[in-house]
Amino acid sequence: MTDRPDPAPPRDAADAVASFDLARRGPLAGLQHFLHLYPTMVPIIVLVLALAAFGALAPNFFSAFNLSLIAQQVAVVGTLAAAQSLVILTAGIDLSVGAIMVLTSVIMGRLAVDLGLPVPLAILCGMAGAGLAGVVNGLLVTRLRLPPFITTLGTWNVFLALNYYLSGRNTIRSQTLDAEAPLLKLFGARFNVGSAVLTWGVVLMLAVFALLYYLLNHTAWGRRVYAVGDDLESAKLAGIRTDRVLMSVYMAAGLICGLAAWSSIGRVGSVSPTSFQEANLESITAVVIGGISLFGGRGSILGPLIGALIVGVFNSGLRLMGVDVLWQLFATGWLIIVAVAIDQWIRKVSS
Amino acid sequence: MTQTPTPVLQARGLVKRYGRVTALDRADFELYPGEILAVIGDNGAGKSSLIKALSGAVRPDEGEIRLAGQPVSFADPLQARRAGIETVYQTLALSPALSISDNMFMGRELRRKGVLGDWLGMLDKPAMDRFARQKLSELGLMTIQNITQPVETLSGGQRQGVAVARAAAFGSRVIILDEPTAALGVKESRRVLDLILDVRSRGIPIVLISHNMPHVFEVADRIHIHRLGRRLAVIDPRAHSMSDAVAYMTGARLPEGLAA
Repeated sequence: MTDRPDPAPPRDAADAVASFDLARRGPLAGLQHFLHLYPTMVPIIVLVLALAAFGALAPNFFSAFNLSLIAQQVAVVGTLAAAQSLVILTAGIDLSVGAIMVLTSVIMGRLAVDLGLPVPLAILCGMAGAGLAGVVNGLLVTRLRLPPFITTLGTWNVFLALNYYLSGRNTIRSQTLDAEAPLLKLFGARFNVGSAVLTWGVVLMLAVFALLYYLLNHTAWGRRVYAVGDDLESAKLAGIRTDRVLMSVYMAAGLICGLAAWSSIGRVGSVSPTSFQEANLESITAVVIGGISLFGGRGSILGPLIGALIVGVFNSGLRLMGVDVLWQLFATGWLIIVAVAIDQWIRKVSS
Repeated sequence: MTQTPTPVLQARGLVKRYGRVTALDRADFELYPGEILAVIGDNGAGKSSLIKALSGAVRPDEGEIRLAGQPVSFADPLQARRAGIETVYQTLALSPALSISDNMFMGRELRRKGVLGDWLGMLDKPAMDRFARQKLSELGLMTIQNITQPVETLSGGQRQGVAVARAAAFGSRVIILDEPTAALGVKESRRVLDLILDVRSRGIPIVLISHNMPHVFEVADRIHIHRLGRRLAVIDPRAHSMSDAVAYMTGARLPEGLAA
C-alpha cells in the first residue's frame, strides 16, 4: 500500500538545537568541525609549520630576499591556480589552463613582434583569444554536457597544437622582446620593498586573488558559483541559471589564464611554445593543497594562493638545504595526498 | 465550506506525454484562497507531473493554467517563482555548504544601496541575515541559532523548515510542498505540519503532495485524488475516511456520485 509509515524512527539528536556544541564533542571531532567551518585553516597551518621548519633547517631561508623570491617563483602558477580554483569550485576541473596560457603568450608575442601590431593591441587580442578558449570549454561543458575533465583534456591538446602551429615551434627571444615589445615583459619588472625584491607579476597574482575574493564572497555571482558546485540540481531548482554561471566561470578562467600568459612572458623573459609544460598540474596541486574540494562548492579562494606558496616554500627550503630536486617532487606528492585525505575527512562531518 | 469562486491556481485539461507514456491525461486542478489542498495518488498516477507543470518545471503539451484567473505559461521554475508560486521540492533544493541566509536568498540576493551595490554588485549581507532571521522566527524556527551556519549542520526537520520558510518568505500566492514529511521522524514531522498550518494562517494557500494519509487528513481542507493521469475526485477529509481515500486512489472503489 502507499500509506507508508514514517521511514525514519524518531531521533533525539535531530530534535536538539543545532547550535555548535564543541564541548560535548571529542577533541578530534571538534577539530573536524572547526576545519569544516574554516577550511582555509589547513593550508595556513601547513604554511606556518613549513616556514618555521625551513627557517630552522635551511640556511638563509628566512631572509626577505628569499621569501620574496618564493613569491616571484609562484606568481605565474599562482595566477593560473586562481583560474583553476573557479572551475574546481563548480565541481569541474580545467586541464587546459596551461595550454591556454602558453597559446595566449604566443598570440601576444607573434602579433606584437612578427606582425608588428601595437603591443597593447596584441595584448588585447591575446586576452580575447584566452577568453574565447574559455568560452569553447564552457560551451562544450554546458551545451554538449561533456564532463569538464574530458572536455578540457581534449581542448588541452587542441590548444597546444594551435600553440605549436601559431608559433612555428619558434621561441621569441628576450632581446627581440626588449627591442620591439618591452610592454610584454611588464610583469617581470622588479621593484624593491626594503630588502625584498618583488615583480609586478606578484602584484598581479595578488590582485587577481583579491578580485576573486570579492566576487566570490560579496556578490550574487559568487554565491551562485558555490551553489552550482555544491549541488547542481538544487541550484537549478532554486532558480539559478546554472549554465550561465558555468559559462561565466569558464570564460573568467580563460581570461585569468590570459593574464597569467602576460605575466609568464615577463617571468621567463621570452615567448616559448614549450614553456610551462607542467603548469596545468601545478595549478591543480596549488588548489588541492589550498583546501578547495575537488567535489566542488567548498573552500576559500585564498586557499590556492597559500597552496601555491606552500609548494614554493618546500621547493625553496629543500633547495637551500642542498637536497636533490627529486625530493621536492616527493614532498609535493605527499602534500597533495594529505590535502585530499583531510578534505575527505572534513566532508564526512556529521550534523 | 465557503469559498471564493475564483481559484488562486487552476488548471484545465493538462496533457503531458513522454514518448508513448501519457503522464497527464486531461488533468484538472483547482486551489482556492487560504486552503490546504492535499494531492494524493498512487505511484505513477501523474502527481509529480501535475506539480511540475504547475511549478514551471515542465511545460504541458496541452491545457491551460490560470493564476488568479489570468492564463499563465511558465518556461521554467524561475518564471513560476516570479509569478508568486514557490515550490519546496522533496530534495529541498538547498545548497548544503552554504549558509541558511545564502540559501534563503539563492537566486534573488539583495544588493547594497548606492554605488557599491549598483556598480560593484556588493551583497547586503546584514539585510539578508536580518530578513532570514526574521522569517525563521516568524515561523517559530529560531531554535536555529546562527543564520550563517551551513545548512548541512542542521537536522532534517530544520532543513525542511528553512526550505518552507524560504517559500513562505517569497511565495506571495501559492506554496507547493512535495512530500515535506517523507524523510522525517515523528517529532520533526509534527513541527513541519505545524509550520504548514502556520503558513496557511498567514493566508497563503498550500498544495501538499504526500503519501502520508494521517498527515494529509490532519491538515488538508480538501483532498485532490489523482489517478491514471487525471483528477479522479476532490473529497472532503471530514466526510471520508483514510481507507476511503486509499481505496479511491488505488482504484479499489469509486467515490460516491461518480459515474465510471
